[in-house]
Amino acid sequence: MMEEFARLFKAVDETTKTSQKVSALVQYFANCDARDAAWAVYFLTGRKIRQLVPSQKLRAALRVKTGIPQWLFDEAYEVVGDLAETIALLADNATNQNAQTPPSRSSLSLTCWVEDRLLGLKKLDELEQQSKLIEYWDELNITEKFIFTKLITGNFRVGASQQLVVKALSQLTGVSEDSITHRLAGEWSPTCDFYRALIHQDTKDSDKSRPYPFYLAYPLEVDYDQYSKQENFFDWSIEWKWDGIRSQLIARDGESFLWSRGGELISSGFPEIMEASKYLPDGTVLDGEILAWANGDAMPFQFLQKRITRKSVTKKMLAEIPGALMAYDLLEWQGVDIRSEPFSQRRKLLEKLIDTIKMENPNSVLMVSPIVPADSWQDLLSKREDSRKLKVEGLMLKRASSAYGVGRRKGDWWKWKIDPYLVDAVLIAAQPGHGRRASLYTDYTFGVWQNEDLIPVAKAYSGLDDSEIRKVDAFVRKNTLGRFGPVRTVKPELVFELAFEGIQASSRHKSGIAMRFPRIARWRMDKPASEADRLETLQNLANS
Amino acid sequence: MSDSNNLIYPTDKGLYCQAADVYVDPWGKVERAIITHAHSDHARWGSQNYLCAEPGEKVLRYRLQNAPNVESMPYGKTIERNGVKISLHPAGHILGSAQARFEYKGEVWVVSGDYKLNPDPTCALFEPVKCDTFITESTFGLPIYKWPEHEELFEDINSWWYKNKSEGRNSLILCYALGKAQRILAGLDTSIGPVYTHGAVEVLTEIYRQSGLNLPATIKIQAGVKLEPGSIILAPPSVQNSPWQRKLQPVSVAFASGWMQVRGIRRRRSFDKGFILSDHCDWNSLLTAVKESEASQVLVTHGYADVFSRYLQTEMGIASSILSTHFAGESVMEQEEVLEEVSEVIEETE
Ligand SMILES: [Zn+2]
Ligand SMILES: [Zn+2]
Repeated sequence: MMEEFARLFKAVDETTKTSQKVSALVQYFANCDARDAAWAVYFLTGRKIRQLVPSQKLRAALRVKTGIPQWLFDEAYEVVGDLAETIALLADNATNQNAQTPPSRSSLSLTCWVEDRLLGLKKLDELEQQSKLIEYWDELNITEKFIFTKLITGNFRVGASQQLVVKALSQLTGVSEDSITHRLAGEWSPTCDFYRALIHQDTKDSDKSRPYPFYLAYPLEVDYDQYSKQENFFDWSIEWKWDGIRSQLIARDGESFLWSRGGELISSGFPEIMEASKYLPDGTVLDGEILAWANGDAMPFQFLQKRITRKSVTKKMLAEIPGALMAYDLLEWQGVDIRSEPFSQRRKLLEKLIDTIKMENPNSVLMVSPIVPADSWQDLLSKREDSRKLKVEGLMLKRASSAYGVGRRKGDWWKWKIDPYLVDAVLIAAQPGHGRRASLYTDYTFGVWQNEDLIPVAKAYSGLDDSEIRKVDAFVRKNTLGRFGPVRTVKPELVFELAFEGIQASSRHKSGIAMRFPRIARWRMDKPASEADRLETLQNLANS
Repeated sequence: MSDSNNLIYPTDKGLYCQAADVYVDPWGKVERAIITHAHSDHARWGSQNYLCAEPGEKVLRYRLQNAPNVESMPYGKTIERNGVKISLHPAGHILGSAQARFEYKGEVWVVSGDYKLNPDPTCALFEPVKCDTFITESTFGLPIYKWPEHEELFEDINSWWYKNKSEGRNSLILCYALGKAQRILAGLDTSIGPVYTHGAVEVLTEIYRQSGLNLPATIKIQAGVKLEPGSIILAPPSVQNSPWQRKLQPVSVAFASGWMQVRGIRRRRSFDKGFILSDHCDWNSLLTAVKESEASQVLVTHGYADVFSRYLQTEMGIASSILSTHFAGESVMEQEEVLEEVSEVIEETE
C-alpha cells in the first residue's frame, strides 16, 4: 500500500541509526506483496523513472489548486529547497482549508499508484494531467504527496542505500547479502517475478547477463612511511589507477555483456570491445576499466565521456576515439566464480587468457593492466610521479593474497591518488543544496580573474564542514547582489582553494576550460579576492 | 514606519507609545515597559518598571532575576495613562503571554507579541482583539507551515516514547525550556514511564506549578539520580551532543520545533525524530488572526515579514508594512542561537 510505503519512507528518512532503518525495512518487506516489494526495491535502491511531468507543469497545477501566486511559491521554494517537497507542503496546506474531510491515507497499492496513476500521467494531455494531479494530491497525506511528487520529478532519493535494502532482505529471507547484491546488479524490471527471484533461496541464478558486485578500494589513508615499514613490498601487486569507466565484461553461453559500475548495460556503446569479447571462452568475467586508447596511450577522460553521452556510435567517433578494455581482474573462469581465489592467482589466469587472445587476434582491444615496475616502497614513490604523464589517477595497491570482496572492505585494496591540482577561486554565486542541506546555500559557483572580471570556472558542493557552511550561508544572504531563480550572485569576497583532478580545454564553457572533479579544499580566509588565481594560469595548465 | 505621528512606533529602544510614555518589550533600558511574555528576546533586563499579565508574573520575575519592580494585572483589565487606555489579552504563546491593546482618541492598536491560535493546556487561549492597527510577528509566515492537530501530535510523541521504551531506549526531547517543555509535559502519557528534566527545564516547570498549573510529576536529573530505563527526558536544545546527553544512552533524540516542518532542516541536524511543534502561528493561523482583528493596517515584525506583508497587501488588500524590531526569528540559525542563549542564561541563573 502507498500508506505503508510512506510510513517506511518516514521511518527510514527520519533516523540516522542504521539499525533502525534496517528494522523498518525488514518490517515493510515482511508485510508487503511481491509487486509492491519490487517497486519498493526499485525506488529504494536509487533506480528512477524518467521525469513524467515537467517542473513547469507541476507548478502550474499547484497554482491552479492553491491559488498561490508565483512569487510566493518562489519564496517557499527557496526556504524548502526541494521542488517536490515545496509542492507537497503547499498542496497539503491548501487541502485542509477547502476540503470538508482531511485526506485519509491512501489504501491503494504502491503498484497501482506507480503503474496506473503515475505512468498513466504520460499519456494525458495538459489539462487532463493537471486535473489528475490535483485529484491525486487531494487523496494523499503530506508524506505521500511528497513521495508521489518526488517520483514524478524522477529524483526520489531516500536515506536508504542499496546496501541497507540488501541487509534487510537478507535478514528477512536468510538469502546471503552477496547473492542479493548480485541479483540486484544490472538491468531489471520491478515485477513480481523479479522480486521472487531476488529473494529466492536457490542461489544458483540462471540469469547469464548478471555482473558481480564491484569490489571497491579505499583511499590510502595510512601513513606511507610507516606502512612501507610494516608491509612487505612483495606481498603487494601494484598497478596504475586508470581514469576510465569501471566495468565488467561477461561472456557466457555464446553471448557477451558489458556492464558499467553504475549498473548500466553499455554493450552497444563499445562495439570494438564487444567484437574482442568474441574471443573469450564461455564462462568468463573480466573486471577492468574502459579507456579511450590511441597509439598505445590513454586519452584524457573527456574523450571517453563524449563516447558515452552519444546514443549511437558513429564510424568517425570509433576512429577518433577508439575504446579499449584495460582488464585487471578475472572473476569467473570456465564458468566458476573464482572471486575467493587469491588475487595473484586470478591475475596469472588473466594474463594467460589475454596473451592467448592476442595471439589469435593481434588487434584485440583487451589488455592487461601492467604491473608498475617498482622494486621497493621507496622506488614506488618515485614511479608515482609518472602518473600525470601516463594520464592515470595514481596507483592501485592490491594485496596479492586478497579475495575479490563485496562492496568496500578496508585493508586489501587501496587507491593512492596523486595529489590534486589546486587553484584559488572566488565565490561568485550560490544556490540552496538538496536533501539534508535544502535550507542552506551550499552549491557554489567559483570564478577566477580575467582582467577585471571574474569568469566562472567551477561549481562545487562539498568540502566544507557544517560550521563553515553556516558561515558561508550567512554571507550569501547578507551579500546578495542579484537573484536568478534559486541562484544568488554575491559580492566577490570569499576565496576558496579548489582541488581538481584534471583540466581540459573546452569550447562549451565561457572560460574555455573544464575542470574534472572540482571540490573545495579549504577556505582561504587569509586571501583577499584580488589575490585569487587568473584564468591564464588555468588555460596554460589545460594546454600543457 | 518610524513615523512618530503613529500611536506606536519603533525607536532605538523599542516599540514606543509616546502618548502613554510606555514601551512594549523594549530592547533598550526605559522607564516603563510592558512585557508581552518572558522569552529573552522580549523580556530584557535594565528597565525601571515592568508590567505584565498576571499569570506570567512569577515567570517574568524569575527571568528578570527577581527585579523588584515587576507588576502585573489580570487579562482584560484596563488601566489609563495620559488618556491612553491600556489592557492585556491572552496571546496563547506561553503562560502569561499577552497582546497589549492601546486605545487613544478612538484609535486602537494591538501589539500581539508572540502568539498562537492552537490550543495549549498550559496557557490561556488566544483572544482575538479588534483594532485599527495590528502588529504581528511572522516567524512562520510562509504557506509551507501547517501545524498538526494537538491530538495527532501528542499521539505521535507518546507512541514514539512507547516504541523507544519497548526497544530499550530512553527518549530525549529537545525543546525550548520556557513554554514548550511544559506544553509537552502536559501532553505526555505518564502511564508509559517517568519524566525526567534537565535543570533548566525543571526550574521553569516548578515556577509553572507555583503559578497554579497542574503538571505531571518530573524528576530533575542530577548527581545521584538514576534513570529508569525507557524514560523520557525534556531538555533544552543546547545539550545536543554534549556530555550531558551522552549520559542518557541508549537514547533516541527528538527535536520539537516548527522548523521541523522542512525535511532538509530536520535531516541536517541529524535528530532521530522531529516533532512539528511551535508556540508561534502557522500560516493559516496568521491569516485568521489578521482577519479576526479586523485591522485596516497590519505591521509585520520578526520572521518572513517581507513575504507576509506583501501577501496581505497584494492578495488580501490590507494596508501593511514591515516594522523592524530586535525580536528574533529571522532565520533558523538565529532562532537556534536564541534557543541556546536562553538555555545558557537559565543554566547560569540556576
Ligand atoms: Zn516568544
Ligand atoms: Zn519572539
